[in-house]
Amino acid sequence: MREIQGSAVVEAVAGMCRKGNTELPADVRAKFERAMAEETSPSAREVLRQLLENADLSMATKLPLCQDCGLAVFYVELGDECRVAGGNLRDLINEGVRKGYGEGYLRKSACDPLTRANTGDGAPAVIHFDLVPGDKLRIAYMAKGGGAENMSRVTMLAPAQGWKGIKEFVINRVAEAGPNPCPPTIIGVGIGGTFEHAAKIAKRSLLRKLDDVHPDPRVAAMEKELEEALNRLGIGPMGLGGKTTVLGVKITVEPCHLASLPLAVNVQCHSQRHEEVEL
Amino acid sequence: MAEYKLNTPLTDAAIEPLKAGDVVFLTGVIYSARDAAHKKLFELLDAGKPLPFELEGSAIYYVGPSPAPPGRPIGSAGPTTSYRMDTFAPRLHALGMKASIGKGKRSDEVKAAMREHKGVYFGATGGAGALLSNSIVGSRVIAFEELGPEAIREMKVKDFPLLVINDCHGGELYVKPDLEAALKGA
Repeated sequence: MREIQGSAVVEAVAGMCRKGNTELPADVRAKFERAMAEETSPSAREVLRQLLENADLSMATKLPLCQDCGLAVFYVELGDECRVAGGNLRDLINEGVRKGYGEGYLRKSACDPLTRANTGDGAPAVIHFDLVPGDKLRIAYMAKGGGAENMSRVTMLAPAQGWKGIKEFVINRVAEAGPNPCPPTIIGVGIGGTFEHAAKIAKRSLLRKLDDVHPDPRVAAMEKELEEALNRLGIGPMGLGGKTTVLGVKITVEPCHLASLPLAVNVQCHSQRHEEVEL
Repeated sequence: MAEYKLNTPLTDAAIEPLKAGDVVFLTGVIYSARDAAHKKLFELLDAGKPLPFELEGSAIYYVGPSPAPPGRPIGSAGPTTSYRMDTFAPRLHALGMKASIGKGKRSDEVKAAMREHKGVYFGATGGAGALLSNSIVGSRVIAFEELGPEAIREMKVKDFPLLVINDCHGGELYVKPDLEAALKGA
């Protein structure tokens, strides 16, 4: 049984929080640049220009890309041939969040849902654990901002609605969200599972690289079809009109109950802040 | 599309010529307030108590900045989504607020209040918080410090870059999504 030191987990998590909030991922930057080349509307181009300048400034000054440094969300895969020494894994991840958000001058946005009292340190994170074969610990971090998260929805379609119903729901959701979630957005779609699982896989889909192609050709074709349809909405960067309403659509399909067609749409803002480490 | 340089406090004369799509560089003092601060402002109004800043001619920025690192007046400071303040904005416009700054759609009630009281809704680029902080030259908490990032701050801005989203004549910049085109073949 391989042993991973708890302190390594804390450091890795703190580092991901800092880096994830200050360094625009290369695949997102590439999409901004491509969108800039394709857009003809001056306001769409100006928004993209500002976002690229913002990314450069953030990299140079270590100011976060966005003041909303998100609620910290983690997808953790723990190999069944390793163990973490020196503390409970959930506690260690939360300690890393406190360290990263504190030292990085990141905004702490976790609060009580009813009293709205801020916890003051960015914790607790939302953590999804999974047990996998092997002796490695993989931790993926996402800074999930409130504006885009608020535009997300879960619905239970009737099985007869099928792919057509799925497309209509996603298109209507993105249209209704309009300028609110900071377009051009990335749309994570979870199809199948159960009510809560659809949401979980929708969000997990957002961890994929923007330029990757889904290994299942059927799903790859669905992603392409939906991305093209959403970009016909014409919402454009920040809702000012343009060809780029979404930077990508990432879909995960998993088996579900024969009576159900669970569907989750998780909207992510343009900056798609996420990081991943393997320990 | 015209370009204006405006100073606070804002007057009817400054607001009237603005049209949706115009670019405005704002200089002067603006106040940060979002959900929790608005709730507290309304508690003061309902109790007949004075507000922590002068509403007449004011611009309220829907922002909860990240902490200021050493050597900077403020951290990242881009706009939050405005619709959450829609229940508050009409009354504030009626009491003298001239402008709100945020991102995203406003309700019909807020648009009506802007027409009635000569108000304007400015958009700042969401997710450009580091860049926008360059136009904020000073910041101090003036009320509700216990709210942390949601406290009310008096912010000194210099040429803060804004876009007129809703003007006082009913004009709006946001495009209507082309659902028909998107659903075609779907």
